[in-house]
Amino acid sequence: MALFDQFVSLAEAYRGLQSRPYNPFDIAFDAILSPTEARLQGRQILLLGTNNYLGLTHDPTVIAAAVEATREFGSGTTGSRIANGSYAGHRALERALADFYGRRHAMVFTTGYQANLGILSAIAGKNDHLILDADSHASIYDGARLGLAPVTRFRHNDADDLARRLRRLASLPGDKFIVVEGIYSMLGDTAPLRELVEVKRQWNAYLVVDEAHSLGVLGASGRGLAEAAGVESDVDFIVGTFSKSLGGVGGFCVSDVEGFEVLRIASRPYMFTASLPPAVIAATAAALRQLRMRPELRHRLTEHARRLHQGLADAGFELGPEPNPIVSAIMPSPEAAFALWTRLLEAGLYTNVSLPPATPKGLALLRSSVSAAHTRDEIDAAIAMFAEAGRAVGVIAPARASTAGGAT
Amino acid sequence: MNDPIREAVYEALRAATGGSVALSDDTRIMGELGLTSVAVLDFVLEIEDRLDIAIPLDRVAGVETIGDLVAKVSEIKREG
Ligand SMILES: Cc1ncc(COP(=O)(O)O)c(C=O)c1O
Repeated sequence: MALFDQFVSLAEAYRGLQSRPYNPFDIAFDAILSPTEARLQGRQILLLGTNNYLGLTHDPTVIAAAVEATREFGSGTTGSRIANGSYAGHRALERALADFYGRRHAMVFTTGYQANLGILSAIAGKNDHLILDADSHASIYDGARLGLAPVTRFRHNDADDLARRLRRLASLPGDKFIVVEGIYSMLGDTAPLRELVEVKRQWNAYLVVDEAHSLGVLGASGRGLAEAAGVESDVDFIVGTFSKSLGGVGGFCVSDVEGFEVLRIASRPYMFTASLPPAVIAATAAALRQLRMRPELRHRLTEHARRLHQGLADAGFELGPEPNPIVSAIMPSPEAAFALWTRLLEAGLYTNVSLPPATPKGLALLRSSVSAAHTRDEIDAAIAMFAEAGRAVGVIAPARASTAGGAT
Repeated sequence: MNDPIREAVYEALRAATGGSVALSDDTRIMGELGLTSVAVLDFVLEIEDRLDIAIPLDRVAGVETIGDLVAKVSEIKREG
């Protein structure tokens, strides 16, 4: 067998995409003009496919913090925190996160992906059990696989199914860890956290919530779904990322669980990789301050999310169930998703194509996400482009004559 | 020859494939049945429910044929 033979069918599918005018999995922007605009092959494009929920990538205080930290501490740390030492900024950011969440402990990782690897592989030992929501992100699956605990799944967002599975594990020794997300990244739906917490209590399990897409998006202070659902004290570990609402890169976990700090010398994805560079740490800390000081960003984001969801539903698209900043249109096939995506890009709108295995239930999705930095006009323009392109490629029915503008 | 585990596995597979493919112990689950990796995981949920057991993912990760799967699930059922 030749090297990479195991990927032949994957490579073939990818080659098919490369013959198209644009490949959704291989786009390179020439310039990013703002959180919502980019230049692509000489054209200006409206961005509706980032995770830049609060638009903080271009915030002047964030950029200034990054520049100053680079001048003061250099471009990189050149090593891991355990082997080569933390910088003051790493500790300060951990204190800021702990303060924001009202928790005793906070640990920063180099990516959100690694935060899940580092936490899930370390909290559950070989006699414990990890029970994952079936639609969990790849980093949750990979983190679970990196550890020694047996891993089982429960049906997506189904608290009764979770209870059934915990009952099956009840006679086995060891701790049980339930892992769910705040907002699911593919369809934008939220976990039924109150019901899950009931089950968690009943079976005396631990609960891990990955707030990757809900930090800065949900909750009165922007702490995420656990805050919005009023169950923060029942969530034992909150995991999150700096790469979305905070506009940087990196991941974290906060917790009140006794003994948490030992993970710094036990969690391999924390120990054996270089720590975040000073610029990223300082920018993230500045972005977190903006997130806390400017709730209006979150309110505008929510407004845009509702507007886009309603607008696309009115245009006749089949969507994910909740009006969150991720708005996914369910496509009849991958080909339809590529066709719509290409047509939108030609019209000047960038969105995402999501396909299995990243998506649940074999769905092909045309995925959008809104930002607080969008204007209302931009959202309306995006809806109009969707309606035109959707009709042109035949994924929605032709316009209904007199209903335009009559939506409630 | 009435093996409830074999029956549960075959029934779940028939449901997952729409009953359109002939199944035998030698059938390769991913290749011949055209199930994706996610579909296989969902199909494990189905077997867990039919047999009221927990099947850890690492235990079935190396399984290739239906026969392998029946053997692996039988082993887990005996332990539990
Ligand atoms: C739920 C979830 N967890 C973790 C991650 C990983 O975060 P990062 O891309 O910052 O590594 C992502 C997104 O990529 C995600 O959607």
